[in-house]
Amino acid sequence: MIETLILWGTWGMQRVARLGKCTLFFGEAVGCCLTPPLKWDRVLKQIWFIGWKSMPVICLTAAFTGMVLALQGHPTLRRVGSEAFLGPLVALSLIRELGPVLAALMVTGRAGSSITAQIGIMRINDQIDAIQLMGLNPMRYLVVPNLIAFVVAMPLLAAVFDVVAIFGGYLLGVRVLGLNAGAYFGEMNNYVVIHDILNGFYKSMCFGALIACVCCYKGFNSRFGAEGVSVATTQAVVDASVLVLVWDYLLTALVN
Amino acid sequence: MIIIENLQKAFGGQEVLRDVSLRVKTGEFVALVGLSGSGKSLLLRHVVRLMRPDAGRVLVDGRDVALMPRRELEALRSRVGYVFQSGALFDSLTVFDNVAFPLREKTRLGESAIRRKVLEELDQVGLKDAEHKYPAQLSGGMLKRVALARTLVRAPEIILFDEPTTGLDPIVVNSILQLFDSVHKRLNLTGILVSHEIPEIFGIVQKIAMLHEGRIAAVETPESIRCSANPVIDQFVNGKPEGPIQY
Ligand SMILES: Nc1ncnc2c1ncn2[C@@H]1O[C@H](COP(=O)(O)OP(=O)(O)OP(=O)(O)O)[C@@H](O)[C@H]1O
Ligand SMILES: [Mg+2]
Repeated sequence: MIETLILWGTWGMQRVARLGKCTLFFGEAVGCCLTPPLKWDRVLKQIWFIGWKSMPVICLTAAFTGMVLALQGHPTLRRVGSEAFLGPLVALSLIRELGPVLAALMVTGRAGSSITAQIGIMRINDQIDAIQLMGLNPMRYLVVPNLIAFVVAMPLLAAVFDVVAIFGGYLLGVRVLGLNAGAYFGEMNNYVVIHDILNGFYKSMCFGALIACVCCYKGFNSRFGAEGVSVATTQAVVDASVLVLVWDYLLTALVN
Repeated sequence: MIIIENLQKAFGGQEVLRDVSLRVKTGEFVALVGLSGSGKSLLLRHVVRLMRPDAGRVLVDGRDVALMPRRELEALRSRVGYVFQSGALFDSLTVFDNVAFPLREKTRLGESAIRRKVLEELDQVGLKDAEHKYPAQLSGGMLKRVALARTLVRAPEIILFDEPTTGLDPIVVNSILQLFDSVHKRLNLTGILVSHEIPEIFGIVQKIAMLHEGRIAAVETPESIRCSANPVIDQFVNGKPEGPIQY
């Protein structure tokens, strides 16, 4: 009995310690963001890598998400006789929830994992130590550009996601199911307010910071060998995805 | 001056360094030899605090490395040229950019001055043609030489080289060792060289220290080492299969 308790206790303590370390890591990264020198060329390169190169996968998932939303929403709305509200239904669920969350999950899988692997390999090849031994702070080269790039790119990607998905909903709702195009966009105009858009915007910025922090932290602390890097990558993707969903719940609960 | 005093380090019950003491005077090159896995790389890591000791201490110019505040540590690290056993080149940068990296980040030199210095350094290690290649496109020996160039371009005062010539052909080994010797004499460097280049290394160092079973088994001069009375040294230097060192 006592032993089980001790086991659970140590497990809990380890979790708390790790959370603390991750938070300190994040704090240091933010500190480095706010103090010069900033590596602008690396920041731009990472924005290109995280943002631009994720566009195809974001557009593809967005189009299908929009179509599914319309397909699912239409019969339900029809049952209560308000098909005209398909536009706001699609737009609000996308802008407030699905856009930021799904975009974050896709980017975690595509860019976050590769950033963890890259940093992990630099760790096991002593490249991070080599930067340190030049009297430089490896955070500035490896973490800060990713953090800034994620915070900049995530809202933009979420916006693209929203637009493409709304268009997907339009294609299905108007062109296939025969809804009136004016109603689809007109009602959307009436019901979506700037507050909803800002809500999604802040959310995706938070998600960006979260993903950057988790993925860089895992890479930085990956254990040795190819095995260590692969474990770190898996953990980074799983942890970041779970945290995005948990954080999304907390933010939504907080706002409402 | 580097003073290592009673250094101990264990990993989960495996005592790698049991009680290591070593002195390297300013302007002196010491060769560190020992069996594979005896902890040579680990010892070098302690000198620049990439690893902290369980007990004992490392003093560089009278200051305890483990207790240095961050600024002082950064200043020390800027004076040290460290070559990792693996080379540790940045694999997203070309050879030229790798060697230029410390100059671009730590000095205010203009791009043309940097270019001149980098090419000069690459030329010294015989790699002028490889400047546009990426580390993944180089052979093991070439990687080592680029890593050397990246370290020497910063004009360090203290050098810690972990097997800088292992895996190179004999002609390149000798030219690199000559390069060390001339740099050493010109700049009065202090350094520890981990090396298995016996006997070539004897020509350029003042002392040879042997790490064995977690201790410095002996410190000898190049002259005295060949006819050492210490059976461990005798067996190691002459590569005898029979003796106190058991596999
Ligand atoms: N971070 C670490 N975690 C656990 N054990 C380690 C670590 N670093 C080194 N060791 C252990 O310390 C011992 C010495 O390693 P080290 O790399 O210093 O050997 P070496 O003398 O440089 O060998 P070689 O000549 O093959 O390079 C090894 O047994 C290794 O397993
Ligand atoms: Mg070694």
